[in-house]
Amino acid sequence: MTSHSDSNTPEDGLVSVPVPTASESGAPAAEDPPPSVIRRFLATRGSGRLADQAFGGLMVVCACSIFAIVLFILTILILRSKLSLVQFGWKFFTSQAWDPVSGDFGALPFIYGTLATSFLALLMAVPLALGVAVFLTELCPKLLRAPISFLTELLAAIPSVVYGLWAAFVLVPLMRDSLGPFLYKYLGWTGFFEGANFGVGMLTASIILAIMILPIISSLTRDIMTAVPNSQREAVLALGATRWEMIRVGVLRNSRIGIVGAVMLGLGRALGETMAVTMVIGNHAEISKSLFAPGYTLASVIANEFSEATDDTYLSALIEIGLALFLVTIVVNTIARLLVWAVTRGAPARAA
Amino acid sequence: MSTRPIAPSPALREPTNFNTRAMRFDQMRRTAVNHLVTGIAVLSTVVVITPLLLILGYLIYKGASSLNLAFFTQIPKPVGEDGGGMANSIVGSGVILTLASLMGIPIGIAAGVYLAEFGRGKALATAVRFTADVLNGVPSIVMGISIYALIVKPEQHFSAFAGGVALAIMMVPTITRTTEEMLATVPHAIREAALGLGVPKWRTAISVSLRTASPGIITGCMLAFARVAGETAPLLFTAFGNQFWSLSLTQPIAALPLQIYIDATGPYDVWHRLAWAGSLVLIALIMVSVTLVRVFANRGQLKGGS
Repeated sequence: MTSHSDSNTPEDGLVSVPVPTASESGAPAAEDPPPSVIRRFLATRGSGRLADQAFGGLMVVCACSIFAIVLFILTILILRSKLSLVQFGWKFFTSQAWDPVSGDFGALPFIYGTLATSFLALLMAVPLALGVAVFLTELCPKLLRAPISFLTELLAAIPSVVYGLWAAFVLVPLMRDSLGPFLYKYLGWTGFFEGANFGVGMLTASIILAIMILPIISSLTRDIMTAVPNSQREAVLALGATRWEMIRVGVLRNSRIGIVGAVMLGLGRALGETMAVTMVIGNHAEISKSLFAPGYTLASVIANEFSEATDDTYLSALIEIGLALFLVTIVVNTIARLLVWAVTRGAPARAA
Repeated sequence: MSTRPIAPSPALREPTNFNTRAMRFDQMRRTAVNHLVTGIAVLSTVVVITPLLLILGYLIYKGASSLNLAFFTQIPKPVGEDGGGMANSIVGSGVILTLASLMGIPIGIAAGVYLAEFGRGKALATAVRFTADVLNGVPSIVMGISIYALIVKPEQHFSAFAGGVALAIMMVPTITRTTEEMLATVPHAIREAALGLGVPKWRTAISVSLRTASPGIITGCMLAFARVAGETAPLLFTAFGNQFWSLSLTQPIAALPLQIYIDATGPYDVWHRLAWAGSLVLIALIMVSVTLVRVFANRGQLKGGS
C-alpha cells in the first residue's frame, strides 16, 4: 500500500521539513488559528477536502453516466424514428404491411413473431430450468454441484452467433428430417404443425432460444432458492413431509415471486435475442399459425434489413422497431428486477 | 411469503391409528410422488446438459477439422478461391475490444466505487444500481442502432471506434454491479483503519478498498469482456466488418463474431468451414478466460461473481 511507505518517516514530515506552501490547503490556512503540523502534513499528502470532493465528484459523474446512457439511447431512438412515428402513429403496431418499395410499414408480423417465439421458448425452458434449480439446490450430491452449475454457466458464455451456427447446421436438418415429420404425424391435428417444413421457422427459433435462456433462468432461480432460510425446510421436514413436499411447501412457495422475476428476466433476454434467431427463423414477414412457417422477429428484422435501408422512411421505421424493443425490454426487466429484489434483498447479492 | 399454517385435521385431534389401509396408501403415494419428482429433476438436468455437450462436441469436431495455420495468418480469399483465414478478424476483434475496455472498464469501476463507497443508502445510488440492472437487459441490437444513429450517421461511414463505443456501453453495467458487490465484501475495519491513520477517503478507496477487492473486480471485468467478445449484433452497423486488413479506428474493421456470421449465412462450403473454425477459436478464447477467472477468483479469499 502506498500510504504505508508514506508514513514510514513521519518525524521528517512533522518536525524538520518546513511544510511547503500548501497548494491545496488554502482554505483551512485562511482561518484564524494556524493549522496544526499534522494537518499541514496530511494536506501535503493530498488529504485536503478538495481532493476528496474532486474524487467523489468524479465517481458520481461516472455513476450518472449510466443514466446518461439510457437517456441518450431513448432520445436518439425517438429523434431518428420521428419520421415514421409521425407518419404511421399507432397504426404502425397494428398494420401487417411491410413494403419498402411503396413505403408502407407496419410491425405486427414482427411483434407476433417475437411474442410467439419468446412464449414458446419460455414454455420449453421454464420447467427444465426449475428442474435444474431444484436438482442443484435440494437433491444434488455435493460432489456434483459445482461441476453441473459450472456447465450450465458455460452455456451462458457461448456467444449467440455460435448458437446460431450450430442451429443452422445441426438443428435445422434435424427439424427438417426427423423432428418435424414426427411432430406433424402425431400433433398435426392441432394445426400448429402444418404446411411445408423447411427446417427453418418459428419452432426452430424457439428451441434455440429456449437453450439460450435456460442458464439465465436456472442460475437465478437457484440463487433465489438458496436464499430461502433452512429453518423453513427443517420445519416442513419436521412435520413428516417427504422431500418433494418440503421443496413444494418450504422452498417453491417461498420463492415463487423471485421465480416469476427470473422467468421475466429470461423473457427479456428472449425478446431481444438477435443473431441466433435471425439465422434460423427464415426471415419472412407473415403471420402464420403453423410453427413450421418461417417468421420474423423485431430484432432480426433490424439485423437483416438495417444496412439495406436506403430511404429515410424505411430507416426510421426500423429504428422505431428498435425503440419499441427498447421500451418493451425496459418494462419487462424493471418488473423482473423488482420481483427478484423483493425476494433476495436480505441475501448476499450475486452478479447476474 | 410465509407458509400457510396447516390446520389440524379433525382426525388428528384424537389418537390416530396410523396403520390403516388409507394411511399406508397415502404414504405410498407420497413416496411415489417424491421419487417421481426427483426423477424429473434429474432428467431435466440431463436434458439441459446434453445440448451443451452436443454443441461443444460438434463445434470441436467441425472446428478442429477446418482449423489450420492459414486461418491465423491469412485474410479471407475472394469468392471462389479455396483457403483463406480470419487473421484480420482476430486482430480487428482485438482492436475493438481494447477500445471498449479502455472506455468501459474505468467508467464501470468508478460507478461501482461510487455505489459502494460514497452512495450507501442514498436514493441516487439505488437509482443508479437499478438502472444498471435494467440496462444490462437491453438487447444488444438496440445498442447497435443507437450508436449507428449517434456516430456512424453523422460521420457518414462505419468505424472501429463506433464498434468500440457500442461494446463499451454494454460492459459498463456489468462491471459496475460486480465492482459494487466485490467492494461490499471488503470489511469495514480495513477502511476504518486506513481512515484512522489519516489517509484521505479517496486514497482509502483506491489503495485499500479497491486493492483488497481486486481479484473479484478483475473477475468481473474479464466476465464483461468475455460477454462482449462474442457480441455480433452491436457490431453489425458500427464496425460493419472488412474483408481486408485495416487497423484504422475511423475505417470499417473486421471482427471475429461478425466474420463468423457473414461466413455462416453465406452460400459457400469453404465459408462454412471458416465459420466453424472461427467459432472454435472464439469459444476457446471465451472459455479459457472464464475458466482462468474462476480459478483465479477462487484462490483468493474473496469469492468472484458467477
